[in-house]
This record gives sequence, structure tokens and C-alpha cells, in this order.
Amino acid sequence: MSFTVTASFEAEIDELISHYPVNKRSASLMLLHATQEEFGYISKEAIEWIAKKLELQPINVYELVTFYPMFRQEPAGKYVLKVCRTLSCALGGSHKLHDHLCTKFGMDPHKHGLQTSKDGKFSVEFVECLASCGTAPVMMCNDDFYEGVSNDKAEEILKKCS
Amino acid sequence: MSNAATTETKPAVETIRIKVDGREIDVPKMMPDWQGKMVPTTMLQACQIAGGEVPHYCYHPKLPIAGNCRMCLVEFGTPAMGPDRKPVMNEDGTPKIAKSVLPYEPTTPRGAIACATPISPGMEIYPNSAATKQMREAVLESLLINHPLDCPICDQAGECKLQEYSVEHGQAESKFVEPKVHKPKAVDLGPRIMLDDERCVLCTRCIRFTKDIAGDDKLGIVNRGSYNTIATYPGTKFDNNYTLNTVDICPVGALTSKDFRFQMRVWFLKEAKSLCTSCGTGCNIVVGQRENKVYRYEPRDNDAVNGPWMCDSGRLNYKWIGRADRLSQLIKKQGDKAERISWTAATKEISDKLRAAAAGSVAIIASARQTNEELYLLKKVATKTGALTDSVARNGAGDKLLVNADKNPNSNGARLTGIAGAELGANIAKIAEGIKGGTIKTLIVFGEDVTKHGIGIDLLGKLELLVVSDILPSKTTEAAHYLLPGCAHVEKRGSFTNVKGRVQKFMKAVEAPGDARAEWEFLHDLVHNVTGQNGFVSIEGLFNQMATEVPAFNGVTWASLGDKGVTVQI
Ligand code: SF4
Ligand code: SF4
Ligand code: FES
Repeated sequence: MSFTVTASFEAEIDELISHYPVNKRSASLMLLHATQEEFGYISKEAIEWIAKKLELQPINVYELVTFYPMFRQEPAGKYVLKVCRTLSCALGGSHKLHDHLCTKFGMDPHKHGLQTSKDGKFSVEFVECLASCGTAPVMMCNDDFYEGVSNDKAEEILKKCS
Repeated sequence: MSNAATTETKPAVETIRIKVDGREIDVPKMMPDWQGKMVPTTMLQACQIAGGEVPHYCYHPKLPIAGNCRMCLVEFGTPAMGPDRKPVMNEDGTPKIAKSVLPYEPTTPRGAIACATPISPGMEIYPNSAATKQMREAVLESLLINHPLDCPICDQAGECKLQEYSVEHGQAESKFVEPKVHKPKAVDLGPRIMLDDERCVLCTRCIRFTKDIAGDDKLGIVNRGSYNTIATYPGTKFDNNYTLNTVDICPVGALTSKDFRFQMRVWFLKEAKSLCTSCGTGCNIVVGQRENKVYRYEPRDNDAVNGPWMCDSGRLNYKWIGRADRLSQLIKKQGDKAERISWTAATKEISDKLRAAAAGSVAIIASARQTNEELYLLKKVATKTGALTDSVARNGAGDKLLVNADKNPNSNGARLTGIAGAELGANIAKIAEGIKGGTIKTLIVFGEDVTKHGIGIDLLGKLELLVVSDILPSKTTEAAHYLLPGCAHVEKRGSFTNVKGRVQKFMKAVEAPGDARAEWEFLHDLVHNVTGQNGFVSIEGLFNQMATEVPAFNGVTWASLGDKGVTVQI
């Protein structure tokens, strides 16, 4: 996917930058969020474009992209499954769930970070606390939140993804 | 001209009385920061004044303070204040000191980073207390968690802060039994720099240097937590002309010089104080040599010239010193016949010829890469023989930090000694004319290939006497009747005057090859023979004599130059 900035996106970015009159650099994170929302991930071209917008060096922006796990440098699948791995969910069986999903899509459950299935439909990611310890294990499928996700329940959820 | 004799009137310095390890000491309230701006004195500086170094990684006197390594943590206390805002006193009348402790754990000392904490009146710092030592050990232990401990193959070994502090403050055994995080090794960061990320302690000195000193914001820390890695932006290189300074300031062996890595153990190197000769700035350097081979140049601190830095191109410009084609034989040539002769014979023959030369029939072209002393001696020969003299201008690109557009190390020396005028090379055309017209019959050339500067081989062929001294062969040395092999600056002593009028001396690091002799030594004999004047046989005496005769150097002595030189009026 090539990086083409639409006029409306650029206007949105300029508006965001205007919130930080003292130091444009402070707008870095906002711009990264907006970019990922617009393009689905943050490409090299996007990093360089943001750096130019903020009068920074690309390394300054790249540091942030690699620091925050929520930023992606590769496109994700159509459905992104986020499995919580923090303590309560870990005790509640989230590793089993994560393993199950990874195996199903031919991914390595021990690999760091987000992985995407060959057909580009699903991405699986182990994340930190999703703030529902009482209903562990929990999972998100894009913006929808699911509680007490057993392997069977996961299959049900996946069926709804088309 | 009141050059060397300028007396500094020191303003009274406001001081603060503190205690370091129980010893009372007055330290200045304000001290220069990395840019020389006066800011409140820190605990680290105060301890230095008290005579003790606080171990540190990220702090560097010439970089902005980052305070990230925590190695400089110290236990400290400040005078206790009563509810009435008055100091609380001990029974013996001394002020009671409230040691800094954790808020809810008053028995646990709460250290502060000495590099970034300003001192205050009555403060007590305990850089050697048991609590301080414990903090240091803990910091070191965490720094070593993922460290590969590969000192035996690390270039930094012997000058590594991590190694030194581990010996002093570390534990023999690591408590860490989990697998270490592995990070990239032998990362090609740029044309001259290799990075071993596993050895990095993430002090960010390299990042701050390239951003704030070199003005090239190229390095950053990518990834997170124990995967933190120093890197450039993908697809870009760390390649400015100052990158090798990061190797000097990297407190560990993470950044290494591709030129120096695996070449030599640092403890085998013998060092000599010297100068870089690649431009008119004259950065102060240390030459590291072993068994007469130069292995590296490193910058030597001099705030009047280069601070602690030098440029990469100057630093790496030393390989020619040991070149196999260095001139190492004293040669006399007549027609096609070339023979080796002795210095005694050559000096006598040349002197005789110069003494017999008609006034105005001699010309001298002496490089502005020769020393002040050599140029001064050549000027004496010129005065006696009525010779036209000049040097060769050597211009290139300069930058905003250190590199000067003048690529001669001693253009000002050539001007001040009278060998050259304000514009170097202005006389060369006249000299060429003189040779062409037959009025100039003798040419003395020191350190230049004049065939590249307007006096071609055909003109050289017309000369009755061509005396050339140089260190590497050239068209001019090939045409010489007398070829006198000279010394690279690291093979002799002497002084240069930089573009700002800083007169600086340099010491000998290695021996010259074969017959080669320091130019000032044989020039001394020549001057004695030609002018009848007695000179000095030591460089000290020679310099001091020059200083009395050359107005700009009046009042300066070899001894007064010290390690950092003296600024004269230019
Ligand atoms: S590479 Fe060296 S200077 Fe740079 S952060 Fe690491 S330890 Fe510090
Ligand atoms: S700035 Fe000039 S004198 Fe200094 S290191 Fe570079 S070339 Fe040498
Ligand atoms: S020297 Fe690194 S925190 Fe002070």
C-alpha cells in the first residue's frame, strides 16, 4: 500500500499539531495514533512524513514507534485478536487461548509481537491488561470485547468474522 | 602586544561550605556547565574538587546532563530545620544533619544522583559510605544483567568504565541465573563505527554528542525495556565527520572504531602529546604507538582549541607516517649520478654554495606544514642570502565545529616568521619568473611539491642548485640536487601557530626512518655555517631564541607553552 496523504488527513494532522504551540514535538504521539487509524499501520514513509511535519529527524519518530507496542509497522489482518496475558488472565487460561489461536492460524506462540495469518484475515497479539480481571481470560476482536473466552467460545467469535 | 603577559583579574568566587566524607570544604557556588554557562555546582563536581571521583557513566562534562545511568548515586544529608525554619543544633553546637531517607522507611538511605543534584550550604555528601557503596553495587548489578562479559575480546578492555567499576564495586558472581537478552552484535553503524549493542549501558552519551555537539541528530534508542538498542533510522548511516568521538566517550566497549578495533591492546600503547596537522585548527591529540608504529590519534582536552573532540578525517590521517616509500636516504645528485652522502658532507657543501651565492639569486619555498622553529631558521638563511620566500596556500572546506578551511597547520607561523605574506603563495609567480629569467639560480624547497604550484619540472631543470627536504617522494624531490629526508611531526618536536594565533608545541612519538632527521636540527647547522650566527642545539633554546627575535612571540617561552599552548597576536 503506498502512502498517499489526502487533503482531509493532512488538515486533521495540522489541526492536531496546532494543539501544541510551544513545541510541535509534543504532537508526535497524536500524529502516530491518527496515522495508524488512517492507514492501519505506520510505514517508513509515514514516519518520514511525520518527522518532516514536526521538523524532527526520522529517528526521533522511529524511537516512539518501536517503543509503544500498540504501534504497528506492518499492516495487520482484517480482524485483530488481542489476548490479555497479564496475571489474572494468565491464571485464567489466556496462554491456552493464545496457543490455540496461534496454532489454528499457523503462528509461533512464542514469538514476540503481532502475527498475521497468511491469508491476511487474522492477526493475533498478546497484550497487557485489558482491565477485566474478574472475567478472565479476556480477548478483544477489533473493538469488540469478550469475557471468559474458552477455546470453544473463541471459535464461536471467529465464526462471526467474515 | 601584550600576549603572553596578559594578567587575568579573577573575580571573587562565591563559595559554599559543605562536607565531603566528613571533611569540610569550600566549593564555588556556581560552575560552568557543558556549554560553559555558570550554573549551580553539582554534588559530583563538589566531590571532584574534594579530590574524589564519583563513579559515573552518563555524565560527561561537555554534554548536557541526562541523569539516566544512576551510577553516581550518593548518600547525602542537609542541615535539619526546625518548625521555626531555624537550623536544629546538636548538643555540641554543631548543626544537626538530616540524612536523606525514604519517606516511609526512615532507616533506608535515599540517595541522589550526584551528577544532577546541586549542592546547598551545610550539605554533607558521603561518597564512600556503606550505603553509597550498596547503591553502586545494585546499579552495577543491574547494568551487568544482560552484559555479555566478553572483556577478553573487547577493545575497550583496559580503558572501560564498566570493567573498572566492576572491579571496585561489583560482585564476583552474578546472582542473575535467567538467560540473558541477546542484542545485535557487530552492527555497522556507519563507515567508521561498529556497535555491539550487548555491551551498551544506554548512557546516551553518543546520542547527546551527535545531536548537541556535532549537530547531526542521527542516533536514538529503539525498542523497549531490556531490548533497548542504540540505532540509526533504518537505511541511514552514522557518518558525520565527528563520529569517532563517540568511541572516545562511550564508557564501555559498545562503540568501537573500525580503524582501531582488534589492532592493539591499549595497555601496550606508549603515548605522546601532539597536534593534528590536517587543518589550521590544530586540535590537541595523543599519539598512541607501539614499537615505532602509530596505531591511533585521540583528542587531548584543550578548551582553548578543541575541547575534548577532534574530527574523523584528522584523526585517521596518520597512515602515511609509516608508508613504505618514505624518504629515508640523504641523496646527492649530479646529472644522472645519485649517491648517498653524510649529513656532515651535505651540510658543508650546501652551506658553501649558499655562502657563495650572489645576493638575490636564492629563493626559498617552505611549507606552512613546517614548524615555527624551522620556518624561523629558514628565514635566517633568506635574510642572509637576500632570498625571496613563500609558502603554499592549501584551502579546503571548513565547518562550524572544528574543521578550518585552511588545511595548513601553520600558515600563521609562516606569516609571523616572515616566510610568507598575508596571502600565502603570492610570491611563487615571482619566483617562477626569476628562475625563468635566470636571476634565481638556487631554490630551497621544504615540504612542498612545487611542480604542482607553478614551478614546473622545466623550471627546476634550469636551476644551478635545488635543495629539497621532504618526507614523501614527489616530482620536486626527484629533481633535487640535494635531497634531505625530513621528519613527520610525530617524529620530532616543535611548535605550530594555529589559525587563531594559538602557539602549541608537540612532542616526539616515534623514530624517523633511515637517514631522516628533524629539519630544525640540520637547519640549525646550516644557519650556523651560512650566517655565522650561533643558534641553539635544543628545541627549547631554539624556541626561546625565536621568541626574542620574532615580535609576535615576544615573552613566550617553550616552557610557558605548557601542554595547551599560548595565544599570541596575529
Ligand atoms: S553505545 Fe556507548 S555511549 Fe552510546 S548509549 Fe551505549 S554505552 Fe552509552
Ligand atoms: S579539525 Fe583540523 S586539526 Fe582538528 S582534528 Fe580535524 S583536521 Fe585535525
Ligand atoms: S552519571 Fe549517570 S545518573 Fe549521574
